[in-house]
Amino acid sequence: MTGEPVLSAAGVSVWFPVGSRLGARLRNQQRLLHAVDGVDLDLRRGEALALVGESGSGKSTFALALAGLRPVDGGTIRFDGRVLPRRRSRADLRRIQMVFQDPYSSLNPRMTVGGMLRELVRVHHVVPSSECDDYIRELVRLVGLGDDALRAQPRQFSGGQRQRIAIARALALRPDVLVADEPVSALDVSVQATILNLLADLRAELGLSLLLISHNLAVVRHLCDRVAVMYLGRIVEVAPTEQIFSDPQHPYTRGLLAAIPKITDSATEFAADGGPAVAGDMPSALRIPAGCRFRTRCPLAREICAQTDPGLVAGPDGAVHQAACHFAFDSVTARVPRQRDGEE
Amino acid sequence: MTGPTAAAAAGPILAVRDLRVQISGRRGTVRAVDGVSLDVVRGEALGLVGESGSGKSMTLRAILGVLPPDARVTSGQILLDGADLVPLSQSALNRIRGPKIAMIFQEPMSALNPVMRVGHQIAEGPRVHLGYSRSKAAERALDLMRRVGIPDPERRFRAYPHEFSGGMRQRVMIAMALSCDPEIILCDEPTTALDVTIQDQILRLLARLCRESDVSLIFVTHDLPVVAQICQRVAVMYGGQIIEHGDTRDILLDPRHPYTLGLVRSAPDVEQVRESLVPIPGSPPSLVSPPPGCRFHPRCSFAEEDCRVMPTPLRLLPGGRSTACLHYERCAEALAAEQVTP
Repeated sequence: MTGEPVLSAAGVSVWFPVGSRLGARLRNQQRLLHAVDGVDLDLRRGEALALVGESGSGKSTFALALAGLRPVDGGTIRFDGRVLPRRRSRADLRRIQMVFQDPYSSLNPRMTVGGMLRELVRVHHVVPSSECDDYIRELVRLVGLGDDALRAQPRQFSGGQRQRIAIARALALRPDVLVADEPVSALDVSVQATILNLLADLRAELGLSLLLISHNLAVVRHLCDRVAVMYLGRIVEVAPTEQIFSDPQHPYTRGLLAAIPKITDSATEFAADGGPAVAGDMPSALRIPAGCRFRTRCPLAREICAQTDPGLVAGPDGAVHQAACHFAFDSVTARVPRQRDGEE
Repeated sequence: MTGPTAAAAAGPILAVRDLRVQISGRRGTVRAVDGVSLDVVRGEALGLVGESGSGKSMTLRAILGVLPPDARVTSGQILLDGADLVPLSQSALNRIRGPKIAMIFQEPMSALNPVMRVGHQIAEGPRVHLGYSRSKAAERALDLMRRVGIPDPERRFRAYPHEFSGGMRQRVMIAMALSCDPEIILCDEPTTALDVTIQDQILRLLARLCRESDVSLIFVTHDLPVVAQICQRVAVMYGGQIIEHGDTRDILLDPRHPYTLGLVRSAPDVEQVRESLVPIPGSPPSLVSPPPGCRFHPRCSFAEEDCRVMPTPLRLLPGGRSTACLHYERCAEALAAEQVTP
């Protein structure tokens, strides 16, 4: 993967004010929830990058910030090397489009599919108005729907078809980057496959760069070139997909992988097996632990973890594999037992 | 854990016989469950898998006697320890729900009472069903909270559900289900709404409790790998019927029904990367006027003329498994021909 970054985040932070305004005024400070807390991440042209993590890790908020749907409270987002301003122009907004998780609530129920697409194309002047009808017909065909879909309203479609419409809506503006936030988790298993295959085909056909947000590592492995793992507002590991699965460096990544049920698992072995892959719950983003933020659940945690926040550091193979752990890349691992590599 | 064959000799705790549930709607009568039979033996976890609309949740609700208002059991038996639950009144069922059958729902937030302290909700079952005094029931609730791994139970006892995380709420649900020592717990997608790490914690907890207290489970889910971890046996539902049934490993790793094969192939798996996922074409059948013959034939690539006309009841195969497919041997051929990179 040698592509230039098309979208690049540097130190991006998003905060939410919490608690009452009155309380904030009395204490003379607003409590802030650090949903995204200094994220550096590059999306290269033409690649499919996955962002994984538990709910509450900040991945969806980060996606909204990238797409310009939420203001950023710190850091910068660059598109093709140019810093995007706080208020983006219409032309900039067009370049990054989103597909949301729930196709039942993300489509306007009162508009026909054709009306919805036509409005988008007209407002953004994507094609001359004389070509508009041909263009939207081509769009629905691209996502595998028939022409009669244009005259129908969203409620007439199944979940999988609605998600196709949502994808058509995102593609209508000819974006460079498609951000898909859990695009299949609201769908039935047999339908998930059709949407995942569609995303893979579209990426190849249109040369899109794809940021896929998912909690399902199996989906990610199927579709993506690189994986970024997010925990409590930070990226804790980034690597090419195969390395994440074959040689995970961060204990959180190892835990996530170990937690996935496999079809080859056996109930007898599972019942006899020991403790959970990752213990406990993720702490609140209002009380982020000092030092390494994973240390409260980490089997490797030492004194140093409470004192120093490990930044993302690159492994011996250059910058492709990075992890934010004091014990990553065998630097100190000689002294630390590797978790879950062999049996405990 | 006793193997399924050894346990089967003891006779089933729960036996469902030819259960039919119909829902009357504007567009006609929906045959949501259409001739389902299953057995659950003591200490065993049975998986019930299928897509939405396959009838798996409706089967579960019929067993618990909590069908929606316009749905009713039209025929069949639900035998709990040999006694039929179908003709029982709601008040008779109320005496069974809790001490005999308990249920764990998918959304703990909507199943828990938001204005009642968690400890009191857990203690309610023992107070009502076991006649415990207030203090004895509270003692029992604290003990259960410890067993399901809720940290600091003395303090958490007085908390409300909204103060709990999703995983902790599901632990509360499990504590409530266990509170009257039921013989069987019905689980309706208990981990679908949870993160994979929390799902792992909850599944391990359920597996441990099952082993410790010898309680049986019926585990409804659409997630095949979860079934592999929890259930010794699995029944696959399609269009209101069970279409394949047997030991979990046999069914999931070597299916003998094209629908099961389709489910296995369409789900991405972390261990096996397929060239591309194979979706099941078409959509689930109408349960108002289901297709004649095999209900899966309009979507099936193995379908022949006989599939369109012949009824396809479950047939017993060697190894104690059964399938409703007339041409089941083609599944093995299709699996053998497939390219899979481990």
